[in-house]
Amino acid sequence: MAVLSIVELSNNGGIKKSSLEAVCFAKKLDNDVYSFSPMLLNEKEVDKLGTYGSKFFVKLKKNLDIVFQLTEIIKKYNINYIVFPKSNLSHHYAARLSIKLSFSIINNIYSVPEKENGNLMIKTSIFSGKAFSNLILSDSNAIFLINKSSVLLSESIESIKTLDSMELNESNSYYDSIKILDKKNISGSIQLNEADIVVSAGRGMKGPENWENIERLASLLNAATACSKPVSDMGWRPHHEHVGQTGIKISPSLYIAVGISGAIQHLAGVGNSKVIVVINNDPDAPFFNSADYGIIGDAFEVVPKLVSLLEKNYG
Amino acid sequence: MKILVCISYVPDTTSKISFKENNTRFNSEGVQYIIGPYDDYALARAVEIKEKIGSTVSVLNVGKAETEVVLRKALAIGADDAYRINEDPIDSKHVAFQISNFIKSNSFDLIMMGKESIDYNGGLVHHMVGENLKIPCINPVMKLDIVNNSVQLTREVDEGVEELEAKLPLIVGCQEPIAEWKIPNMRGIMSARSKPLNIIEPIQYNSEFKYLDFSLPPKKESVKIIDKDNLEDLINHLKNDSKVI
Repeated sequence: MAVLSIVELSNNGGIKKSSLEAVCFAKKLDNDVYSFSPMLLNEKEVDKLGTYGSKFFVKLKKNLDIVFQLTEIIKKYNINYIVFPKSNLSHHYAARLSIKLSFSIINNIYSVPEKENGNLMIKTSIFSGKAFSNLILSDSNAIFLINKSSVLLSESIESIKTLDSMELNESNSYYDSIKILDKKNISGSIQLNEADIVVSAGRGMKGPENWENIERLASLLNAATACSKPVSDMGWRPHHEHVGQTGIKISPSLYIAVGISGAIQHLAGVGNSKVIVVINNDPDAPFFNSADYGIIGDAFEVVPKLVSLLEKNYG
Repeated sequence: MKILVCISYVPDTTSKISFKENNTRFNSEGVQYIIGPYDDYALARAVEIKEKIGSTVSVLNVGKAETEVVLRKALAIGADDAYRINEDPIDSKHVAFQISNFIKSNSFDLIMMGKESIDYNGGLVHHMVGENLKIPCINPVMKLDIVNNSVQLTREVDEGVEELEAKLPLIVGCQEPIAEWKIPNMRGIMSARSKPLNIIEPIQYNSEFKYLDFSLPPKKESVKIIDKDNLEDLINHLKNDSKVI
């Protein structure tokens, strides 16, 4: 019995916070935590996994199908639970593994499961964050995809050992036929679903040329920028910034919404944020009903003021 | 070329979510059901491909008789025939097994779905069908073109986008801006009535987890309005009370 946590790097080469959360989550399930990354980690990053409780790091073998490698690791080290942080990549690996190994799979996990008579009681987020489910898992072999902030980061220092023991030499995957012709990174910004603070703006900004202060506000708070659906539909902002029911679902600790009325489809994607600040000149905007703090006022007046105030405090 | 579009039957995006019978069942009273918004993108692109290069488009749903209304809508939008696997979906794997079993006995070149459903937001079914059938799956796809039997795609990845080339058969999970949603016209609605809608019996499946109950997010305390001329107050609250900055 052991748990495997999957770790991803962000474009800047550091371990994503959501991956460290996966290690902490795994530690709560079992003391014997293994880690593996589909990306190449340097020694410093591997040590960081030890700080959060991982005992073993299994080294990647380059250019072999990741699902084949994971299968070998799981069998070799008697892994019964696998914890993935949510990402585009992890959905792919987790889904394929669940079929290949006949493990149960639970997605959108909201908090650390409770153990009860050998079963796990698990809370998941459903309906794009509009509701929760409580489920009982009887399978002792399972794959978990965890939401951001489902567990608090806490240190539990282990001297992590690197295992370089992959026997797999060939993978012959049916995925080999896909050719990657080009990759463009989204540079210079904080990834939306990794960010602790998100500054988001809507149609109330009147046009793409008015985003300067939103970006300034975000950078002062070390926040990611986001937008509402109409804004990305009109091409004012790139599609990957769209949060909401049909966009990215996020759960940051602070969500600041500027000039967004708060339609139910938008709330679905951001409702799990811990604290919501709404800035809107319409006192009847529905978003105020879901906000912790509200400012009734013109975004073109309030945001620059907020920026200069933060510059004084943090700048 | 044969295209299969798998669609989910989900509450409209504006639905208020509630539960009944001691919070053990979803309360569907007054809820309007729609084709999953992401599946709707997949369907729209499939119909565009059909119009452009000629192909057949079949639609499939795993669900009981009430879901036929969305299958009829898909036929009105431009699909040629529809299939319903007669079973309430239990979980992602269950749906994936039913779909895989169907594809095994009806071969398709391109299998399209949404990137996820908007009820359980699993985003797993397409990858699972791929693993079951050993057909590669690409998700989420924002652009898809077929050029001489090769498929050119744009996929969103974490922190970027990739341009890909793939071969058929292929499975894709779709998201905007792959196509614009299509609204059926009167001619489509009329012709949908006479298009075939086939009912298929499911295969046996047992899930190892069970939903006990459901809950709604706790109601927020009422909003604290802060004077726009006193923004220091906001910063103090965020720093000292909420401790988020």
